[in-house]
Amino acid sequence: MITENVVKQATFELLRNAVTVLPRDINEALKKAYETEEEAIPKMQLKNILDNIELAKAGPLPMCQDTGIHIFYVTYGKDMIMKVEEAIKDGLREATKSVPLRPNAVHPLTRNNPGDNTGLKMPYINYRFSDEDFLEIAVMPKGAGSENMSALKMLTPSQGLAGIKEFVLNTMVNAGGKPCPPTIIGMGIGGSADISMKLAKEALLRPVNAPNKDPQIAELEKDLYEAINTLGIGPMGLGGKTTVLGVNIEYAYCHTASLPVAVNIQCWAARRATARIHKDGSIEHITHPKEGEI
Amino acid sequence: MTEFSLSTPLDEAAIRQLNIGDVVYLNGTIFTGRDEVHIHALKLLNEGKDIPVELKDAALFHCGPIMQKEHEKWHLVAAGPTTSSRMNSLEPEFISKFGVRAIIGKGGMSKPTLDVMGDFGCVYLAITGGAALLAAKGIKNVLGVHWLDLGMPEALWVLESQNFGPLIVAMDSHGKSLYEKVRSDTERNMEDVRKILKLD
Repeated sequence: MITENVVKQATFELLRNAVTVLPRDINEALKKAYETEEEAIPKMQLKNILDNIELAKAGPLPMCQDTGIHIFYVTYGKDMIMKVEEAIKDGLREATKSVPLRPNAVHPLTRNNPGDNTGLKMPYINYRFSDEDFLEIAVMPKGAGSENMSALKMLTPSQGLAGIKEFVLNTMVNAGGKPCPPTIIGMGIGGSADISMKLAKEALLRPVNAPNKDPQIAELEKDLYEAINTLGIGPMGLGGKTTVLGVNIEYAYCHTASLPVAVNIQCWAARRATARIHKDGSIEHITHPKEGEI
Repeated sequence: MTEFSLSTPLDEAAIRQLNIGDVVYLNGTIFTGRDEVHIHALKLLNEGKDIPVELKDAALFHCGPIMQKEHEKWHLVAAGPTTSSRMNSLEPEFISKFGVRAIIGKGGMSKPTLDVMGDFGCVYLAITGGAALLAAKGIKNVLGVHWLDLGMPEALWVLESQNFGPLIVAMDSHGKSLYEKVRSDTERNMEDVRKILKLD
């Protein structure tokens, strides 16, 4: 049975996995980046990153002190609608105490910090539906350094593909070293203002080595990846060949009069974890099949 | 890429010898301070009140650490840098009024801060963002905390460092900034970038 206790336990394990062990695609991309760099400063930055990843795994301890705010994606399988919000909150509170996570969630105006990463609409849970036989939970702990560099532009249709490319370039030049490059760019094209932003974040759930299935979008991903890595911003903005580890794009149809484009940047510590809870209550970790491993 | 091992308190001569691209390891006391510490400390100063620590010749770390309390003693878990540019509007006054000699952070800071660093004798030391456990290895002890009511990330933590680094001198006291250099490189690369994207 899928009980609230199982959801709480899964949430706790997902958070610990996410903040201590990076997904395989990100690890591989960072190692490749280290091999690619030739100059002393960018090579040193990537070596620090790779050493830090090992320390986190060995701990297990959070690789970055900014353990983010917590964005969840809950996908209900067949006949599985149940309230999960309180169980997820409890799992998050437990993880905050014992992983530990930094208490990041504050009131937007008073800046009051309740100390347990929860508050009004936080953690934020996106609900989706599938016809599978399991309940899937994905978590993306999102740090502020990269999130603060996010951008939305309501282009006119006549600005088209060129306008999209110009906007992404400007966003990345403006971001420089601030979002902890090498970063991953999540992009949402189309929809509406809010839909494009949501797609940009969802794009970050996809591994960097898995291009969009639409060949035209996949080509744009590849071109932007190559172009941004030619800018020379480099690891931590100190110069070098690796500015992004990947560009992931999702799109939606939009109004004939608009062309929304959203960029959501993810830092190199691109933490995400997914688990499935089966009908018998067993938890199957997808991104992190075994404790401390990927 | 000359390597330096420096100890706090930092005097002007120690700072003036540094140039962009040099590598520094720090020893001694380091204070954390981000948005709220800057706002709070400057407010007290402008009201003629004292702040609880001496920041003259000090190293200020843009960092909101993860701390854990064990047996009534704070223990540092993770301590990477936060994005320094958020403090752009406050840092020139903070450096010149409190006498800070080194800012440790990531992503760099704006021209007014670089100018004050030149006038006063202060440097910006870049530490690898996100590498919070590597950074924590260079912190031997948590000496104290002030203003904990601001929340764990925003409080003013007093840390004892040993061989804290590697830190890259990214903005020096001679008006040079690695970030400016990268920015002009980026502008130069823009022609190739636009060619890849088939933009005009």
